[in-house]
Amino acid sequence: MRPFKFTQAGSAPAAISLLTSNVKAKFLAGGTNLLDLMKEDVERPDELIDLGRLSLTATKQLINGSLSLGGLGKNTDAANHPLVRKNFPLLTKAILAGASAQIRNMATNGGNLLQRTRCSYFYDVAMPCNKREPGTGCAAMQGINRMHAIFGWSDACIAVYPSDMAVALTVLNANIKVLQPNGAERLIAIKNFHRLPGDQPEKDNILNHGELITAIELPANTFAEHSAYVKVRDRNSYAFALVSVAAGLVLQGNRIVSAHLAMGGVAHKPWPLAEAERFLKGKTATRANFSLAAEAAMRSAKPLAYNKFKVELGKRTIISALELALKGDSYNG
Amino acid sequence: MNDRPTQLTEEEKKLFGDLMPEELEEIIQTGLNRRHFMKLVGLASAGLLAGYLLGAERAFARGVALGEIDELPAAAIENGVNVSFKVNSATTRVMVDSRMTLLDTLRERLGLTGSKKGCDHGQCGACTVIVDGNRVLSCLTLAASCEGKSVITIEGLAKDNQLNPMQEAFLKHDGFQCGFCTSGQICSAVALMKEAKEGQASYVTANVRQAQTSLMLSNEEIAERMSGNICRCGAYPNIVAAIKEAQTGKSVEQTWLTI
Repeated sequence: MRPFKFTQAGSAPAAISLLTSNVKAKFLAGGTNLLDLMKEDVERPDELIDLGRLSLTATKQLINGSLSLGGLGKNTDAANHPLVRKNFPLLTKAILAGASAQIRNMATNGGNLLQRTRCSYFYDVAMPCNKREPGTGCAAMQGINRMHAIFGWSDACIAVYPSDMAVALTVLNANIKVLQPNGAERLIAIKNFHRLPGDQPEKDNILNHGELITAIELPANTFAEHSAYVKVRDRNSYAFALVSVAAGLVLQGNRIVSAHLAMGGVAHKPWPLAEAERFLKGKTATRANFSLAAEAAMRSAKPLAYNKFKVELGKRTIISALELALKGDSYNG
Repeated sequence: MNDRPTQLTEEEKKLFGDLMPEELEEIIQTGLNRRHFMKLVGLASAGLLAGYLLGAERAFARGVALGEIDELPAAAIENGVNVSFKVNSATTRVMVDSRMTLLDTLRERLGLTGSKKGCDHGQCGACTVIVDGNRVLSCLTLAASCEGKSVITIEGLAKDNQLNPMQEAFLKHDGFQCGFCTSGQICSAVALMKEAKEGQASYVTANVRQAQTSLMLSNEEIAERMSGNICRCGAYPNIVAAIKEAQTGKSVEQTWLTI
């Protein structure tokens, strides 16, 4: 690991001011991703601003059944908060589908959103990578791209974004609250927070240097009872998704008032399944309709040499998530 | 770190005299060390130790006291940070390079080599320790960020000559083969008991909307909740049985996991 200065921040404005005074500085929250990448020489900050003493950890009830999760709250605490479990069980399941108990005890809510891709070519500094070193090329494009994107990729980058939590947040229409260097706050809808790679794959999201995630706001929803998170991976636990689906169904009897769907493991951001949502609106909740919705969702997929299986797997995972959500008594992915 | 001569009880002298007669004098003079321990473990795996296990457990359950911390020459430290934190209830103050992980600090500066460096990238769990009551990965924790925190390592689990019940259960069920992942497994399992008591959910919990406390964990729940600790020897059925026994306090038969 390269030498860096370790600076303790006493407050959010102080942390931001420390960061903006050094363009090569980074915030340190849980560290589960950043320290790993520093050991690999992928991330090379010359200063870490430790956020460990900031108090942005509380879960707060807002008006109208909305809930605010602290940006520096731990993933374990978010998943187990009684109001999250009762009103946003989809988020609980998605957080618990990710990483291990140890990592969830360390990782923060804001840090989870800022995870970098696990593309093995991004991690290997001997290989070209436009995300790590813009302009060097993409080794994954002609490489073993089994884990890579089938939606929204560009010639510059085919990496996928790894967070499970963010897939659930997409279905829940969460807003990311950000404190800016000028002291003002801005709210970013989760669907606009992460970027597609385009010709600037080095930018994972729209945050600017010096902006700090202070909270994640969850608006109330009416599908808590009928929601599911299904994650398919190479082993049963403690692995990144090949494909994952977050699903919520608002039902009136057997009629779907509205369906809410997003997919993980397939793009540079949590992938909203808008075609499937549109198809299901007003339909009866049957396996046949779920199957047609899955076809619609995957129609625009553009698989690569080694990940064609993700298209069929994606369809089956959508169907499975919708069936679990319909059952309603089971949150067992 | 200073080795302190171990005062053996008569019972312990007899135990070591029987098991390692040629080393008894050395143990009395210089204390019990890792070489003796490994030899005992070797004898245990050869099946020779059954009758002595209880006595041996008592002998090893002595607390390991932190000795003097070796000060490094200033040139060996870049961007030094002074950190004061508790390790196994003893307050410790140490100057570390900002890059130093908690794992390296425990092992290289404090002489607590029970926590193991497996992958050093947060993928194996061998470095698991308990910080402020929660299990975390010491390889992905900077020592500099531990100011004021309380760290429990495998060396701190035994109390007053008594192994932690989880340690006893791992011994009883052979929850290891090579033993490299074991200290991480045990620290992880000890913290898991607290999580179960609090009613924390897991990915396989049937209905997360129903909050419950004092959960009794099924094999499937234990396997999911322990998935951050990899055992390359594959002692998983034994580990699950040990955790179940420690949690229920009742004898548990080992079953093959079918999940």
